[in-house]
Amino acid sequence: MKLLPAVLTAAVAAAFLTTPAVAQESATLKKIKDTGSITLGHRESSIPFSYYDDKQQVIGYAYELQRKIVDAVKAELKLDKVDVKLMPVTSANRITLVQNGTVDIECGSTTNNTERQKQVAFSNTFFVIGTKLMVKKTSGIKDFPDLAGKNVVTTAGTTSERLLRRMNEEKQMKMNIISAKDHGESFLTLETGRAVAFMMDDALLYGEIAKAKRPADWEVVGTAQSKEAYGCMLRKDDAGFKKVVDAAIAQAQTSGEADKIYAKWFMNPIPPKGLNLNMPMSDEMKELHKAPNDRAYE
Amino acid sequence: MAYNWNWEVFLQPSVTGDDTYLGWLLTGLKWTVSLSLSAWVIALVLGTIVGVLRTVPNRWLSGLATAYVELFRNIPLLVQLFIWYFVLPELLPPALGDAFKQSHPLWQQFFSAMVCLGLFTSARVAEQVRSGINSLPRGQKAAGLAMGFTLPQVYRHVLMPMAYRIILPPLTSEFLNIFKNSAVATTIGLIELSRQAQQLVDYTAQPYEAFIAVTVLYVLINVTVMFLMRRLEEKVRVPGFIGGK
Repeated sequence: MKLLPAVLTAAVAAAFLTTPAVAQESATLKKIKDTGSITLGHRESSIPFSYYDDKQQVIGYAYELQRKIVDAVKAELKLDKVDVKLMPVTSANRITLVQNGTVDIECGSTTNNTERQKQVAFSNTFFVIGTKLMVKKTSGIKDFPDLAGKNVVTTAGTTSERLLRRMNEEKQMKMNIISAKDHGESFLTLETGRAVAFMMDDALLYGEIAKAKRPADWEVVGTAQSKEAYGCMLRKDDAGFKKVVDAAIAQAQTSGEADKIYAKWFMNPIPPKGLNLNMPMSDEMKELHKAPNDRAYE
Repeated sequence: MAYNWNWEVFLQPSVTGDDTYLGWLLTGLKWTVSLSLSAWVIALVLGTIVGVLRTVPNRWLSGLATAYVELFRNIPLLVQLFIWYFVLPELLPPALGDAFKQSHPLWQQFFSAMVCLGLFTSARVAEQVRSGINSLPRGQKAAGLAMGFTLPQVYRHVLMPMAYRIILPPLTSEFLNIFKNSAVATTIGLIELSRQAQQLVDYTAQPYEAFIAVTVLYVLINVTVMFLMRRLEEKVRVPGFIGGK
C-alpha cells in the first residue's frame, strides 16, 4: 500500500511541472503554427459587422478587425504566410463551433456575457451597442411603453428576446413576441405588418434600414434597454492566444486605427447598396477606444 | 474538448423568470404534439379522399387527384411552409390578410404550420391509400358491384376496410415522420420542441444537455406512437391476411 502515495506524489509533481509549460504554449497558437492555417468564424448578414457583399466576399467592421488579429498572430508566430479559412456561423451554432475547434476565432456580433463565459472566452470588446426599436415612421410608436398589447418581433437567441420576455413578465405588458430566425426575417416580419416594432441592437437596426427597399420609411427609436459589449469568441483557457488577440484589438483602438475603420463602416456609404448608416460614435465607444477592456455588461 | 457539463440546468428558473428550463421543454413538447396530431388528422382525412379519387374510374376526378399529389409531393416542405406563412397572407384581400397578420403570432404560426404539414403529408398518405386499394384483387370490386352495391358502397364496405389494414405499417412511418417534420415550424418562429432546444442553448449556453434532452423526448414520442400503432395492427388484423394468424 505504499505504492499509492508514491504514485500520487509523482502525479502531483508531474502536474505542477507540466502546467506552466502548457499555459505558455497556447493550444490554438500551436495548432495554427503546425497546420499553417487559421479558421475564422464570420456572420452572413450582420451588417455592418460581418456579412457578405454582393460578390459573396466577407466584409464588415468586425471582419476588418479580425484580419488585423490574423496579422498579429502571424507576427507572433513569425510565419510568412497563414492560410485563412472562412467559416460562416449562425447565432445558434457559433458557441459550439468555437468550442469543438471548427472555428479558431469568431468575430461578428456576439455579446460578451457571464453565461457565455462559462463556455468560451471573449477578447477585448470591439463594439458597444444599445438595444432599441425599429418602427415605421408613421406608426406613432416612440418608446417601449407604446408596445403594450402589440405584436413585437425580435431575432431568436438574442439578448433583445430575453429583455422582451422579461418586460412581459415584470411589467405585464402583454406584448406578443415573435422570434424570427435571423435579422432579415425579423425585418420581413416588420415590413409585412405582422409586427409594429423590431427590437434589436441599434447598429444592426441601422444596418437593416440600409438594406430596406425604402430606407426613408423606417426609423430607430426608444431608450436603450441594455448596453452590450461585442467581443470575439475564443476557446476557453487559452491565455496565450487571448493575449495576442487582445493586444491586436487594443493596438487598433488606442492608435486611432479603429476610429478610421469606424468612420468607414458607420459614417460612409457601405456595400451592398451604398447606403450610409449615419450612426455617430457613442460615448461608450469613445470611452472604450481610450481604455480597451474585456468587461461584460451583464 | 473543454466542456462544462451541468445537468441541473433544467431545474433552474429561466432567465426571464416565467418557468424552469424543464418547463420550457415541456411547453415545446406540448406544441410539437398538438401540431403533429392536428396535422395528422388533416392528412388522414384528405389523404383518404384524394387516394380514393386516384383510383375511381373517372378521368377528371383521378386527374385532379393526381395533380394534387404531385403538387404537394414535389415542392420542398420548407418552401411550402414559407408560402403558407409569408406569401399567402399577401395574396388575400388586404382586409383579410391584415386581420390574419395582426392576430396573435402563435396562432398564425400554428395555423400555417398545421395546414402546411397536413397537406404535405396528405399527398403521401394518398399515395399509400391508392397503392393499398390497387393491391387488392380486382375480383373484390367486381364482386361488390355484382352484389348490388353502388360504387361508393363498394369502397366503404369492401375495399377500404382491407386497404387500410394493408397500409397500416407504412402509415405508421408517415405518422412518425409528421412528428419529425413538425420541426420545420421552427423556421417561422413556432416555439416547438426543437426550437426550445435552441432557446435553451441561447439562454444557458449548455448545448449538449439541451439537444440530448430534446433527442430523448423525440424518441419517447416515436416509441409511444410505434407501440400504439403496433397494438392497433394486432387489434384489427383479419385471419388469413397480412399479419393475421
